[in-house]
Amino acid sequence: MEKDIVNIGKSVVIKGELNGSEDLTIEGHVEGTIQLREHVLTIGPNGRIKAQVFAKSVIVLGEVTGNVTASEKVDIRDNGSVDGDIVSPRVAIAEGAHFRGSVDMQRKGGGQPAAKADAKAAAPQPAPAVQPHAAAPAQRVGA
Amino acid sequence: MGLLNRLAPRRPEPNPAPPLLSEVEDPVFATKALRKFLTALTSHPSPSLLDLGPVVGSNVSFFGEQLGCKIFVEDIFADLERHLREDKLERLPDFLKKRFPQATGSMDGILCWDLIDYLDKASAQALATELARVLRPDGALLAFFGSVQRQDQRYTKYIIVDEVNLRHRAYPAARGRRAALLNRDIIRLFEGLRVSDSFLLQNNIREILFRKPA
Repeated sequence: MEKDIVNIGKSVVIKGELNGSEDLTIEGHVEGTIQLREHVLTIGPNGRIKAQVFAKSVIVLGEVTGNVTASEKVDIRDNGSVDGDIVSPRVAIAEGAHFRGSVDMQRKGGGQPAAKADAKAAAPQPAPAVQPHAAAPAQRVGA
Repeated sequence: MGLLNRLAPRRPEPNPAPPLLSEVEDPVFATKALRKFLTALTSHPSPSLLDLGPVVGSNVSFFGEQLGCKIFVEDIFADLERHLREDKLERLPDFLKKRFPQATGSMDGILCWDLIDYLDKASAQALATELARVLRPDGALLAFFGSVQRQDQRYTKYIIVDEVNLRHRAYPAARGRRAALLNRDIIRLFEGLRVSDSFLLQNNIREILFRKPA
């Protein structure tokens, strides 16, 4: 079964509240509030958003000014721009993306990520291929 | 069977995905202070972290997903670049005094990276005063300082490989570092904070971890 994706074209300007129950791609301008609680919102390369955004997942290739809340993931792709605060359990920001604001990845209910209890164990292991240039012990010069 | 295996011509291994060019070129250096900074952060529930460098997606994931931090990204290098580009550098100290919307004593940790090295004295003082203001009592501030004067015009993105290694990714800057600061100048700059740990690395970077007295 083909999944419905609605597309708001480049020439479309929407001011107000945008609610939906299917995935949506925005290439135009939207100001106000966007709510796609169970669906994926994609802001295309031409999309310009000045809005509070609530969605399951948000993919940003254009510009967003406003706070973004996603229950699954926010993905700011190369050349994508977000100026606002992000709340989502997963956030990916590509090299070349612009972001200014805060990122809150708290789990629902205020619980901490499981790894938090042991930050040392949680830290990613060094990639075997990586050869640190200064692996020798540093000189401690102060206390 | 083992002997046959050794005598038989080896099957070519399937080609692994080539590493990204940037990963090949970017050097990785040891860090001594990051682990201590992380320890200081994780002693707080839901810590707030202020990152003054350019946004690095993997760092955001590291601090957000693994440590449960709320991260505030405020790219002061971009502000410096803008002031240089617009030839308004004399306005930077006043700009920095009003730059941070964070409440006094609200941040558990601050990643200053090597930003101070690029600022003039007045801007560095304005920034340091603001950082000391927003840092929570018992909070930690990690800053890097060059110990030798370098002429190259570039900034560095510090990408966390793990808690003891940082990948250094250079990107162009409008001007280079200012004079290398002496330890006593650094301590004066961050009046109100105390030096908790200081490391001189082999790559001539001084890593200094400041703590705000509780």
